Amino acid sequence: MGNASSMLTQYDIEEVQEHCNYLFSQQEIVALYNRFCQLDRTAKGFISSDEFLSIPEFSLNPLSQRLLKMVDGLNFKDFVAFLSAFSPQATPQQKVELIFKVYDVDGKGRVTFKDLLEVLRDLTGSFMSEEQREKVLGQVLEEAGYSRESSLYLEDFMKVLSKAGLKMEVEVPVD
Amino acid sequence: MNQRVGTDSSPLRFAACESASLPLFATFIGARRRAPPARTHRQIGSQLVGRRILAAMGGLDSSSMETDLDRPNIEEYLTTETIREVPKKLHLSDLLDISPTLTEAAGAIVDDSFTRCFKSNSPEPWNWNIYLFPLWCLGVVVRYGILFPASFSWLVSFSNLISCMFCRVGVLALGWIVFFAAFLPVHFLIRGHDKWRCKIERKLVEMMCSVFVASWTGVIKYHGPRPSRRPQQVFVANHTSMIDFIILEQMTAFAVIMQKHPGWVGFIQKTILESVGCIWFNRTESKDREVVATKIREHTQGVDNNPLLIFPEGTCVNNHYTVMFKKGAFELGCAVCPVAIKYNKIFVDAFWNSKKQSFTTHLAQLMTSWAVVCDVWYLEPQYIRPGEIPIEFAERVRDMISVRAGLKKVPWDGYLKYFRPSPKLTERKQQIFAESVLKRLEEI
Repeated sequence: MGNASSMLTQYDIEEVQEHCNYLFSQQEIVALYNRFCQLDRTAKGFISSDEFLSIPEFSLNPLSQRLLKMVDGLNFKDFVAFLSAFSPQATPQQKVELIFKVYDVDGKGRVTFKDLLEVLRDLTGSFMSEEQREKVLGQVLEEAGYSRESSLYLEDFMKVLSKAGLKMEVEVPVD
Repeated sequence: MNQRVGTDSSPLRFAACESASLPLFATFIGARRRAPPARTHRQIGSQLVGRRILAAMGGLDSSSMETDLDRPNIEEYLTTETIREVPKKLHLSDLLDISPTLTEAAGAIVDDSFTRCFKSNSPEPWNWNIYLFPLWCLGVVVRYGILFPASFSWLVSFSNLISCMFCRVGVLALGWIVFFAAFLPVHFLIRGHDKWRCKIERKLVEMMCSVFVASWTGVIKYHGPRPSRRPQQVFVANHTSMIDFIILEQMTAFAVIMQKHPGWVGFIQKTILESVGCIWFNRTESKDREVVATKIREHTQGVDNNPLLIFPEGTCVNNHYTVMFKKGAFELGCAVCPVAIKYNKIFVDAFWNSKKQSFTTHLAQLMTSWAVVCDVWYLEPQYIRPGEIPIEFAERVRDMISVRAGLKKVPWDGYLKYFRPSPKLTERKQQIFAESVLKRLEEI
């Protein structure tokens, strides 16, 4: 086994760092590589859904299925790029972009009422009825100046969420 | 259980015990996240969820625990301002802002306390320079060539027998021969005098375990009083590998509760371990739990039985952490004697990573290393305190063992290695969020 960072050259680390817009330090990238290798048990070069779901904390998360669609089959470079939105150095715009991508999981470029309903369904499960969910969404959309038929774009997300003050940071454990 | 809800002191005391472990749990979940300064409903909600996860992981009967948890002991967590605060109106930003949930998911991907328990830590390579490398080569020659010669050389000629007697496989092979030569006649021929037969078989098993230990040059230091044979007692220990059992068996013949394994291990389990009185279980069977619980209870009440050894973690952990103890051993109403085992990593990593290697490979690895050095501490027998529930008792004993052996505690159930977490845990998170939305909806 040995030390995994010996398999990553300086050139590799710099390439990954560039790909994630320098949001992680080189030590953090090495630590993420060790973690990637630990999760990718059969050394395929990507982490399968099953391996993600073997992390109990991840499996418990209500949005795990949606996130799985985004992270399944990512190679290490894209894995780091995905996590870069959670770096303390990431801008609020980058964080909002990730949230937008979670809503717009099929990549159409816009978020419809259906997408909003799906995410709310994931978050509330069987504890809210479908009518209640539609009612809540309808009301808050109206209050914000949108309607059920309107699609939300990235700019709309930026506008709505800029006031929220997003706290979306994860610390990478560096040995 | 329901009566306790009514009394004044016990729910708070329970909350105090739970909250002692909840910050630990919260620390593990939250450790990799920058904590935001203001507390929102969601964070309080996730603390409540954390408490529920803790209870659920302990394998409690859900119904009675839920009445305790649903009682508003949240005064401990809510500050006075937030109690007086009216729930705010719901805005689009509240529903679009899924950042707490995403942060939890990303935190789990980056580092989670459960996977850490099963990491085999590779030793730092030390043979990296010109004078250490030849020494290491010499070590390999000695370990593989002299200490562990292939047994076929012993079979080839008897003259080799003497030289091999000083070697591990030879010791082991010889030990097996002597053992079977004595055990089989005793087992099958001495039918009438059962008490004698049991005594002799017990001694033979102890001897066989000593041979095993000698075959990996085991240096084991036992601390504390030697276990005595008494009814109404059960021994619990932390679990790193199947050799834990052999190490403890060397000193006293224990009856053990084990998962049935295939192959030669299963054969040994069937023939030899039956004689010391073992109980079998099967992780994959759901009804298994009650059957096993009954068998354990019967065993502890029998006067002539060997003391029962249970590994409440239910799986092998890497000897740096302890996972949550299953409460089965702690609700028998008898004395629980904790045993702490700690292996010295410098000599060999004794963690049996059952997903990575078979037991035979694991044994071979032990036999080709220099030594297996470990410490065993027999701790003071514990009794369940009045008003203490089995889960709290299990946690208290786990605390003792972790402190003694220098292990860190982790609030996860070891069985998550084999099974996914129950969907009930996700449902509780959903319930908290749904309730907060609905409450704020009424304000609109």
